[in-house]
Amino acid sequence: MSTSAYGMTVANTVVTASDGVLALAWLIPTIPLIGFVAVLLATKRLGDKSAGISIGAAALTFGVALAVAAEVLRNPATYIRELPTWISVGGFDVRFDLLIDQLTVVMLLVVTGVGLLIHLYSVGYMHGDSRYPRYFAYLNLFLASMLVLILGSNLLTLFLGWELVGLSSYLLIGFWFERANYASAAKKAFITNRVGDVAFMVAMFVTFITFGTLDLLAIIDNAEILASTTAFVLVLLFMAAAAAKSAQIPLYVWLPDAMAGPTPVSALIHAATMVTAGVYLTVRLSSLLVLAPNAMLIIAWIGALTALFAALIAVRQDDIKKILAYSTVSQLGFMFIGVGVGAFREAIFHLVTHAFFKGLLFLAAGSVMHAMANRTNIYEMGGLRRAMPITFATSAIGWLAISGIPPFAGFFSKDQILTEAYLHGFGGVYVIGVIAAILTAYYMTRWFVLVFLGTPRWPDGVDPHESPRSMTAPLMILAAASAIGGLALNPVHTGPLYRFLAPVVAPITDLGYTPVGPWTEVILIPLAIVAAVAGILIAVFTLRGRNLNDPATREIVRGPVGRVLENKFYVDEAYAAVFVTGGSRLGRALQVIDTRVLDGVVNGAGTVTTKMAGYVRGAQTGLVRNYVYVLVAGMLVITAYMMILAR
Amino acid sequence: MPIGYYFILSGLLFSVGLLGVMIRRNAIVLFMCVELMLNAVNVTLAAAARMWMGPDGQVFVFFVIVVAAAEVVVGLALIVNLYFRRGTLDIDIPSLLRR
Repeated sequence: MSTSAYGMTVANTVVTASDGVLALAWLIPTIPLIGFVAVLLATKRLGDKSAGISIGAAALTFGVALAVAAEVLRNPATYIRELPTWISVGGFDVRFDLLIDQLTVVMLLVVTGVGLLIHLYSVGYMHGDSRYPRYFAYLNLFLASMLVLILGSNLLTLFLGWELVGLSSYLLIGFWFERANYASAAKKAFITNRVGDVAFMVAMFVTFITFGTLDLLAIIDNAEILASTTAFVLVLLFMAAAAAKSAQIPLYVWLPDAMAGPTPVSALIHAATMVTAGVYLTVRLSSLLVLAPNAMLIIAWIGALTALFAALIAVRQDDIKKILAYSTVSQLGFMFIGVGVGAFREAIFHLVTHAFFKGLLFLAAGSVMHAMANRTNIYEMGGLRRAMPITFATSAIGWLAISGIPPFAGFFSKDQILTEAYLHGFGGVYVIGVIAAILTAYYMTRWFVLVFLGTPRWPDGVDPHESPRSMTAPLMILAAASAIGGLALNPVHTGPLYRFLAPVVAPITDLGYTPVGPWTEVILIPLAIVAAVAGILIAVFTLRGRNLNDPATREIVRGPVGRVLENKFYVDEAYAAVFVTGGSRLGRALQVIDTRVLDGVVNGAGTVTTKMAGYVRGAQTGLVRNYVYVLVAGMLVITAYMMILAR
Repeated sequence: MPIGYYFILSGLLFSVGLLGVMIRRNAIVLFMCVELMLNAVNVTLAAAARMWMGPDGQVFVFFVIVVAAAEVVVGLALIVNLYFRRGTLDIDIPSLLRR
């Protein structure tokens, strides 16, 4: 099925999992689903205690996922856990079967592991919220949805999960729906995702026409029957779907607004797991991708431009979560660079490390907001290192990891993606990637310095304190993962994770990649470190001795450029003008058709009937005898007619 | 007796009934005229049955009698109610259905 980049054939055998741990894999999406229903049912009786059900469900799911992962590690293969049929129409069968292979296992562990930590963290963070149990129910719903997405062996079951994560994301972004702008952020996310969903559905239609099935394994195994044009269209459609879910240009606009949700939700859904669904989808379909190198080039450029664009915006944001949100968009761009340049496994590696450090950074931001009475402006923070030592230390690890400083996790994954871009001949993408990496180091340093270092700038009456143990414990675990995750998983380019994932990604040997230039990793790796250090140093030197209390001069990037960045390149305004204003103008223009043509026909039918009735209503005298006259006359007419006819 | 006499009798009876329905205003008379028309038809049916020497016509007559009995029940109930509500039997008074 697949050949590794080093010529060795690596094939996965397909095994039906009928006994042992893998037969129990159906529990993985089912447990959180039951948890979701149970919490909703138990809330009346148990109140806030029912959240315990949800946490238990998350823990149990993680346990089963661990067992399944251990089994796949022991006997690597593609396992199919057969489950009942969902739809069966003619020759079209959709089954609930689960597909479990190396890629699934990696995703499973990330989703359930980070998911469990965020359940635990939320105990402290959401404490005292009026809808505390419902929040946990939604978290379980999200977990179940995401696991359906990962485990589905069929594009349609994958799509089911795809839509369900959209729903849970909507519910959680708008969790505090009393605030009108939070509710509209939820709507924005949902509507933007619908654009991608349409692309996904069209992609499924094309897939079904071409392959006669939506079964993932069948598609992957028979991918070569695709004509190159079909492959190109199909890959772009799937990329459009992925761009909406994974917040890529031009559909990234919902993700920064999604920060309206509770911070743990931002960490779990809008940083660590759900937004990586697009990356998962494209890697899962890598054997389609390699048939359309032009489409892959487009993916790489979308990734690169998103990485740069979002990083530039992040430079001038001053909301503690917004910076991280744009950073997420940017890092997802890096993952798509990986997908586009044929570095599928590196993209998944970055997905994993990103889940660690971005989950960590968001939880740290949540911890800070918790301490600062929900203030989010980083210019009102500063000097929090004394007040919150654990949050400070763990954030430092997250900051170094995302900046790409070795030996922290982000360094390995980001560097490997950029290295592949260079070695596969994507010069422009590589240069943009390096610039985005420098910017990443810069804006994350700015974030870190403004929040934790320097002198306190918070207003009187705010008394920052370290968060409770239930919040700091997940921080510490994620910090450990961010610190050693890269070293443990894939310290060298062809490390354990790389080899583990070899059977599930398409071979790229036929794509004829040639390096951009003569450099090898010996030069590229130090270059990546230099880029990261440069970004950090620029931030440190420009922030030193700056009066941060003066709004006029505290920003480093000022003037017209700064204004453009601060306003996010006016993309939201442009979208509002084109889609919202333009859309309503178009609607009003088309309204004429409704009021004149359609209503005209309907009302016309009514008017004509009324007019006609006006003429004949005179016949209704209300006198019985008149009716009898008409009756008799009619009878006579009929009799006469019949007599003539009979003649 | 030739069959034609029966038909002439029946025709006369029917005409009397029809004219009564068309020109009288008293509900009771109207009602009786309707009965007269029904029975005129019955005469025709019975005579025709005799002529063809078959049972069909007689069976029809029984049907008509049964239906007429049912009609009497409904019709009289209507008339009684009309009288209670309007205090009159003039069929031209209740004409709410006019335009």
